[in-house]
Amino acid sequence: MVKAILSDSRALKAFGAGVAVFILLLFVPCFLPRFHVYLLGLIFTTGLLAVSLNLVLGLGGMYQFHHAVFYGIGAYTVALVITKTTLSPWIGFLLAPFVSALFSLFIGLICVRLSKLYFGMLQISLGSLVWAVVFRWYSFTGGDDGIHGISVPGIISSTSGAYYFSLILTVICLLAMQRIVNSPFGRSFQAVRDNPVRSEAVGINVKRLQLTGMVISGAFAGIAGSMFVVIEGSVFPELMFWTLSLEIIIMCLLGGWFTFLGPMLGAAIIVLLRTFVGIYTEYWTIILGFVLMLLILFLPQGVLGYFLEKFERSGMKQAQEEK
Amino acid sequence: MDFASNITVSALFQQTLVGLSRTTILFIVASGLSLILGVLRIPNVAHGSLYMIGAFIMYSVNLFFGGGQAGFWMAVLLSPVAVALISLAVERGLFQHLYEREHLMLLLFTFSITLVFGDLVKMIWGSDYRSVDLPAAFQGFFTVFGFPFPRYNLLLIIIGPVVASGLWFLTNKTRIGKIARAAAVDREMVGAIGINVSLIFAAVFVIGCFLAGLGGALVAPTQNIRQGMDHAIIIEAFLIVIMGGLGNIWGALLGALIFGLTDSIGVLVLPQFAIVFPYVVVVIALLFCPKGLLKSTW
Repeated sequence: MVKAILSDSRALKAFGAGVAVFILLLFVPCFLPRFHVYLLGLIFTTGLLAVSLNLVLGLGGMYQFHHAVFYGIGAYTVALVITKTTLSPWIGFLLAPFVSALFSLFIGLICVRLSKLYFGMLQISLGSLVWAVVFRWYSFTGGDDGIHGISVPGIISSTSGAYYFSLILTVICLLAMQRIVNSPFGRSFQAVRDNPVRSEAVGINVKRLQLTGMVISGAFAGIAGSMFVVIEGSVFPELMFWTLSLEIIIMCLLGGWFTFLGPMLGAAIIVLLRTFVGIYTEYWTIILGFVLMLLILFLPQGVLGYFLEKFERSGMKQAQEEK
Repeated sequence: MDFASNITVSALFQQTLVGLSRTTILFIVASGLSLILGVLRIPNVAHGSLYMIGAFIMYSVNLFFGGGQAGFWMAVLLSPVAVALISLAVERGLFQHLYEREHLMLLLFTFSITLVFGDLVKMIWGSDYRSVDLPAAFQGFFTVFGFPFPRYNLLLIIIGPVVASGLWFLTNKTRIGKIARAAAVDREMVGAIGINVSLIFAAVFVIGCFLAGLGGALVAPTQNIRQGMDHAIIIEAFLIVIMGGLGNIWGALLGALIFGLTDSIGVLVLPQFAIVFPYVVVVIALLFCPKGLLKSTW
């Protein structure tokens, strides 16, 4: 991998930029106010969630309409391990991706028999079932109140501690997902998206591939959920309500779902928009609504997708002129 | 847990009637959604918002006419019409240009309309809970086989089949209904023989949204009118439509019936988890008939 990066000047530049941004982010808590540090942590969490959704939505072309369920399950796993058991909290963080992956497997097994809109709607009904149980099971999940004041381990309980925790987990997960996207699995997943019939014909087991994709994506969503607990210190059923799922899809669309980091950018835009528009007016969702409308009408490839397209086009022009 | 200990014949009977009146509301909303999904192929999330707007307009019109019989009937008539006009503007202004987009984009687009409508309702009516008083004639109880039963719920149970047969007549016996069903199967062919498909689509969309408004107006006297009722109903309506078969009016009726009854009878079995039962039933139904119980138009 190192050799491949060194031999390609564009990849080298991207790698260098990534390392520079990471080092910059490492020192952020030294000079930014606490609220901004908290906000960055929230952006990483939401961004990781959006990128994990994009694994199935953008790369696999599956209508994953209820991704928030796996996020919520990850969050609740951590919260329940901490508040209901005497186990070490770290076990909760280890369990979160596995429990989410397990639910992903169950829901996936039922859903992958169908495709497109039917797949999405069946997933919404199964997800709503999980939501309804969590919403009502007062004795176990806290019902519609949720669980508050969860005491995470001391080292990650401060704002900067939570920030470093989310930063490091995000970077690890992003690197892992990048590897997955570029692996043979990722390539065949993409082939299924572009032409499921032909993929099937050349010997790809489409359903199994889609199921694997869902499980992987669900596991990463679970990790994002566990990060949410560290940052907010509470969980509530809204974490797995279907409106959040659509909001994550919006993030992917906003950033551009044919790019790897686009959803991260989309999540950042939405979180910042909500926070800073929310200061001036309580009617921030109407603004989100209009932004989304304009986006669908005029910029369906997303913000990052738009710039990449422009960049590639100007690059092509340059190459032609050089000839 | 005192499992199922409070099931008696009288309670069962009463809850069945409650479930049937709930079914009426669910059916009216879901059939509109199903019509739009079946013919226009738009997964219209904004349908829930129109339902909520219908309820709020019902409240305002009823207040304007000073309540009573006049206020109630004017509100029940006017609020679906107002909702239909809003939907006409949305269809001609926005959706018209988007029919060729893929489902995911349409879903997100209707979701953006939901966001806008949600905040507009908050701006106009505020975030307080509202309620509509029934005219005296509908207040109080009938005694059915010795059990008390709210009069208004009986009205709802009567309205349900009326709307269902009206819709059946519209889609099967009228020219516009026949064209709409043809356009659902093959839009281009219908256009090729010289029919203005765009106008037919607009008509179907408006009729579907009219039903959402009607559902909202009828539900208004039975519960608090509030923010968030749009999110609650739309997911139920979608599940009903999917369970019954996309675009199938009788499927919507069957789905609403199953959904309404499992909900109301579930309250007797396990009150805390009553809202879980309908979802379980939907999942079981879809496990065995992934494309819905009745034939879908897709």
